[in-house]
Amino acid sequence: MKKITVALAGNPNSGKTSIFNMLTGARQHVGNYPGVTVEKKEGLCKYGEYEINFVDLPGTYSLSAYSVEELVARNFIIDEHPNVVVDIIDASNIERNLYLATQLIEMNVPLVLAFNMSDIAEQRGLRFDIEQLSKLLEAPIVSTIGNKGKGKSQLLEAILATAEKDKSRRTHKVSYGDEIEEELAQIEKIVAQKEEQLTQKYGPRWLAVKLLEQDSNIAARIHSREVLDVVTDSIRHLRAIFGEEPEIIIADRRYGFISGACQETIETTVESRHSASDMIDAVVTNRILGLPIFLLLMYIVFFLTFRLGEYPMGWLELFFDWAGKIITGCWPPESQSWLKSLLVDGVIGGVGGVIVFLPNILLLFLAIAVLEDTGYMARAAFIMDRIMHKIGLHGKSFIPMLIGFGCSVPAIMATRIIENRRNRFTTIMIMPLMSCGARLTIYALLIPAFFSKQWRGPVLWLIYFIGIVLAVICIKVLRLTFFRGETIPFVMELPPYRMPTVKSVCIHMWQRGWMYLRKAGTIILAISILLWAAMSYPKPPEQSLAGLSSEDAQQKRLAHSVVGRIGRAIEPAIKPLGFDWKIGTALIGATAAKEVFVSQLSIVYEVGSSDEQTKTLRQRLRADYSPLRGFCIMLFCLISTPCVVTVVMTKQETKSWGWALLQFFGLTLLAYVITLIVFQLGSLIGG
Amino acid sequence: MWKEQMEQKKVRPLSMVKAGETVKLAGIEAGRSLNSRLASMGLVANVEIKVVKSGHPGPFVIIVKDSKMMLGRGMAQKIMVV
Repeated sequence: MKKITVALAGNPNSGKTSIFNMLTGARQHVGNYPGVTVEKKEGLCKYGEYEINFVDLPGTYSLSAYSVEELVARNFIIDEHPNVVVDIIDASNIERNLYLATQLIEMNVPLVLAFNMSDIAEQRGLRFDIEQLSKLLEAPIVSTIGNKGKGKSQLLEAILATAEKDKSRRTHKVSYGDEIEEELAQIEKIVAQKEEQLTQKYGPRWLAVKLLEQDSNIAARIHSREVLDVVTDSIRHLRAIFGEEPEIIIADRRYGFISGACQETIETTVESRHSASDMIDAVVTNRILGLPIFLLLMYIVFFLTFRLGEYPMGWLELFFDWAGKIITGCWPPESQSWLKSLLVDGVIGGVGGVIVFLPNILLLFLAIAVLEDTGYMARAAFIMDRIMHKIGLHGKSFIPMLIGFGCSVPAIMATRIIENRRNRFTTIMIMPLMSCGARLTIYALLIPAFFSKQWRGPVLWLIYFIGIVLAVICIKVLRLTFFRGETIPFVMELPPYRMPTVKSVCIHMWQRGWMYLRKAGTIILAISILLWAAMSYPKPPEQSLAGLSSEDAQQKRLAHSVVGRIGRAIEPAIKPLGFDWKIGTALIGATAAKEVFVSQLSIVYEVGSSDEQTKTLRQRLRADYSPLRGFCIMLFCLISTPCVVTVVMTKQETKSWGWALLQFFGLTLLAYVITLIVFQLGSLIGG
Repeated sequence: MWKEQMEQKKVRPLSMVKAGETVKLAGIEAGRSLNSRLASMGLVANVEIKVVKSGHPGPFVIIVKDSKMMLGRGMAQKIMVV
């Protein structure tokens, strides 16, 4: 079994992902490039006597040093020496796509070109003289239709043939014109002399071109003063001749080379690549219709994710109940065995708590995959951008934030559709302020307890409104402090509309779900078990519980446990907010999951949790607290600590516990301060 | 180069072009990073730009080398065309 590594490069929207899926099927693995938040996708393919490890590089338009994705792609090619690099080209949009190819040619890598979407190219009337073009570019060219699985074996054959070939010198190089070539020759000479190691690694010509382009990443690696001087002189000289930066001229000449090659080998008709899309866009991005259409689609996505998700969630809950009963059945009925409790409450409870999010995540990413693959997502960003921009976010931030009103966990995962790191992190940090569905259970308990019928609607609305306002303020603050800086200037490609394939959508959906289970699942399970232990231990001695009703016994156990003790201990700290130890205990329990707040409160008040008893709970609460306090409790719950699953999710998406903890403590602090102000002011005014 | 053309008053920013017009790129008034990025997406000297939507309100939509792109207003003001 011969093993080789093949890198897949290409523009965004070139269909690279569908080629990757075509070649590797479901045997894919998503990881990270070390030190950056760029995803690394790898997959295996067995063909003949070969085992091929395909690495799907980030989609890029170029290989400059200006963005993390480009550097990651470039460094992978240079440092890891894949046996072959396949450049996936949208055949219906050749000239722009070949820009990347010219840079790969310059890197002198073993290259194969895949002319993808060849069906669309044909529809447009494009005809290629593949042989000629292949000679000019000195690389085999294979026609493919990635999303239909066409061209797979031809592509694999070409890859293997290229891998087996000896590395040969190219005869046709991309020429930049006499003036630039002269300077390049000079730089090449001195670089070969003074920087042997670098020359060995990168090749003299590529180095020279990069230096002339003032590539910051390469320039930083040059030690020799002489080399830098020669480069500076060359740049000055060329600037004087052309009146432009050499970088610009070089880009220009690349397109010139491409143009020349294409003119000889490609026939086109006048048919525009975008005529069908233009018609759809006329409606979808229409000034009047655009927004309503978008909102309708968003409603469908929300509905799909949460309503439809209720069914599988219900089934999962039944399953876990059943599993719990089976395990409980292994012990005699009144047993207080710690192992039983660990398994049933700790492990099953914990695992259940993790898996319960899976249906939502799968459905959400199904919807996102469809939106992205059809090309609509780009238009959605366009429509929302004006509004989002005023707040300081990108148009694409709208979708995750909307999902956040259902549940923060899939919402934070969904932020990966935002390419810009600063925007993405900002959106993640404020996500808990989009009051989620679990918090609704808290409001549903407290609002009827403290407010008369005509006030209930407005109070609920007020809570959500405060959440949104705070989110906007926090975004502004975050963008001025931690995530300061210009967002990448707004330019985005609008690909033609396409029909997504079931296969690609399902692969996308499955990948996200699996990543969630693998990465977040384990941590959440561990923390859930810890919290269970904190809520159950230490146990009060058996005798002290003798003769108590079950609710009384429960309350005593809770008071005795770690959580209960902490609840009492923090009482002086939360008194200025109008809270007591009962609320404190419930709040601590709520870090496991917001719904736990309600059940904890029931225990503390020695009330069972059936509906009848909820009424009783409300009466008891009303007896103990004023409406002001009730409102403050809700306010605190709105702003403060998200549930542990959300925190873990934040850590996973930001790749650091630092941000997750900042979110946790930052929001708690914010909640404390605001609730303090509201309670104190409220008490002064009327109470 | 394009700065001289500007003096001859032939050149204007993309933001002033109406929908449906086709113009040619003269130059980009921006730093190297932005210039390079736009170049890699097809915006090099003399390339044909077809304006599909001209903002007012909202982003601009243009077609360059068979690619449809949208740009913010700030960006459109930096792209000089003729």
